[in-house]
Amino acid sequence: MSLISETDRKKLNRRKRKAVIFSRFCAAVTWSSVLLLAVLLYQVAADGIAWLDWQFLSSFPSRFPERAGIKSAVVGTLWLISLVALISIPIGVSSALYLEEFAKPGKLNKFIEVNISNLAGVPSIVYGILGLAFFVRFFALERSLLSGALTMSLLILPVIIIASREAIRTVPMSIRYAAFSLGATRWQTTWAHVLPASFPGIMTGVILALSRAIGETAPLIMIGALTFVAFLPAGPMDSFTALPIQIYNWISRPQEEFHELAAAGIFVLLAILLLLNASAIYIRNKTEKRLK
Amino acid sequence: MPKKASSTISKSGRLFGESCIVLWLGACAAISLLTTAAIIGLLLKESFTFFENVSPLEFFFGTSWVPILQPSSYGVLPLLWGTLQVTIGAAIIAIPLGLACAIYLSEYASPRMRSYVKPILELLAGIPTVVYGYFALTFVTPLLRLFFPQVQVFNALSAAIVVGIMILPMIATLSDNALRAVPDSLRQGAYALGATSFEVTTKVVVPAGLSGVMASFLLAISRAIGETMAVTIAAGQTPNLTLSMFESIQTMTAYIVQVSLGDTPTGGIAYQTLFAVGALLFAITLIINIFSQWILGRYREVYD
Repeated sequence: MSLISETDRKKLNRRKRKAVIFSRFCAAVTWSSVLLLAVLLYQVAADGIAWLDWQFLSSFPSRFPERAGIKSAVVGTLWLISLVALISIPIGVSSALYLEEFAKPGKLNKFIEVNISNLAGVPSIVYGILGLAFFVRFFALERSLLSGALTMSLLILPVIIIASREAIRTVPMSIRYAAFSLGATRWQTTWAHVLPASFPGIMTGVILALSRAIGETAPLIMIGALTFVAFLPAGPMDSFTALPIQIYNWISRPQEEFHELAAAGIFVLLAILLLLNASAIYIRNKTEKRLK
Repeated sequence: MPKKASSTISKSGRLFGESCIVLWLGACAAISLLTTAAIIGLLLKESFTFFENVSPLEFFFGTSWVPILQPSSYGVLPLLWGTLQVTIGAAIIAIPLGLACAIYLSEYASPRMRSYVKPILELLAGIPTVVYGYFALTFVTPLLRLFFPQVQVFNALSAAIVVGIMILPMIATLSDNALRAVPDSLRQGAYALGATSFEVTTKVVVPAGLSGVMASFLLAISRAIGETMAVTIAAGQTPNLTLSMFESIQTMTAYIVQVSLGDTPTGGIAYQTLFAVGALLFAITLIINIFSQWILGRYREVYD
């Protein structure tokens, strides 16, 4: 005779069935979102691949889809991202070093911390409004690469600071004590030991932040990046266009051909982002192994 | 000894140099404070100018938004409602599915599986929003029109769907972190009492990690509210106080983009609407972000 009654067994089976169904549901949801990424990539590739050739990469935008290309957009994005890197990396890493290594813990430090995490949550378009009012109008930088780069730098600074602080925090205190005991000053310790030890982590964060800047569109529209640029910018004060702006411009036209051009542009944009992300993951995995 | 003398000189020089460096580092950290001050100051100042011309009563309770054509009217409700429509739709999609993803990752997936799936979710989160806009316009909307022929080319539903897809990875990864922080002893205790995996998850693990899970929902919602390009492309440019998800609408963010694309002269009321709508957007997202941090701090269960 069984130890439990028939009704209890039924109840037990029902509970077990429920658990199995639930676990399968969760797995199915997760795999569908992976599938979704595949669908999205396939959709872009299927629409755009026919337009993707050397002519597309080396031509300026045009009213005629068959002659249009992304040369000025790619060059603009490269310019923009180099300027953003030049501005945001030193400032972001310096802020993180200050907060982790130099600032005395207290109310001000805590306030800066809360402030940075709030800044990270401000919608990108609000940064666009800020850039428009301050860099474009107030400082009269006009619709230049520099305006765009400054706006983008403000946008990704919180991301860089947060990531750098996390990286700096993983450096063991023993390294600092060893340097201090040999008579090094705080800055010498920071520069020669803390910074090199946290460098891979900082780089990962910086790369991810820069890849966010590459894909951001709204702030650039706000500060007035042009959508039709048939020249290459020669300096930071020139007007410019960028890949996401060019893509948006093509999407917002009604003709089917321009949508396919947009898909080809997205293909290039995603390729650049994938390359950056892959390098970030590579750096992360390499350092994880080293720390073990 | 000359060597010693030079080392004392260089030591004072070193200390001077050091304080210069610390000053520079502190100045960099202050930039974040300046940014916040600039955002708040700018939005407040320009909104005050706006409210000198338009009464706050009309702005907050008016039901028609016609900022550029005459006769103009500045009721922000249609824009606010458009944003809400997209955000609620996105949340209905992303919250259950994102939580299911997080539960799978933290409770069911093997470590190997996790190491494959999590980077893919991160990739999904890193895709630029303009790409989601493209996806909405060329894939989701045609698909919807297959089932509901009355769906317009620009509609709130496709925008809500892609924004939902966009914030799903955020909910999944943040909630996964929260659930994984729940100590195993709680799970083992529940299993020892004879609970099934479903009961352990829903009655022990999720309640224990609830503060982190709720915070991830709020952050995702605030992101959906501030989302710009996907809704600009997919939802259209029609300020429209409607219950229908099939019609073209306009969100606050889409309006800001629309104004800045046109050549709006500085100083006019149309230019000031930019800041008034921007200030409202900023205030809403800020309140939600602060609320989510408060939940994290207030209801965090600490296990040691």
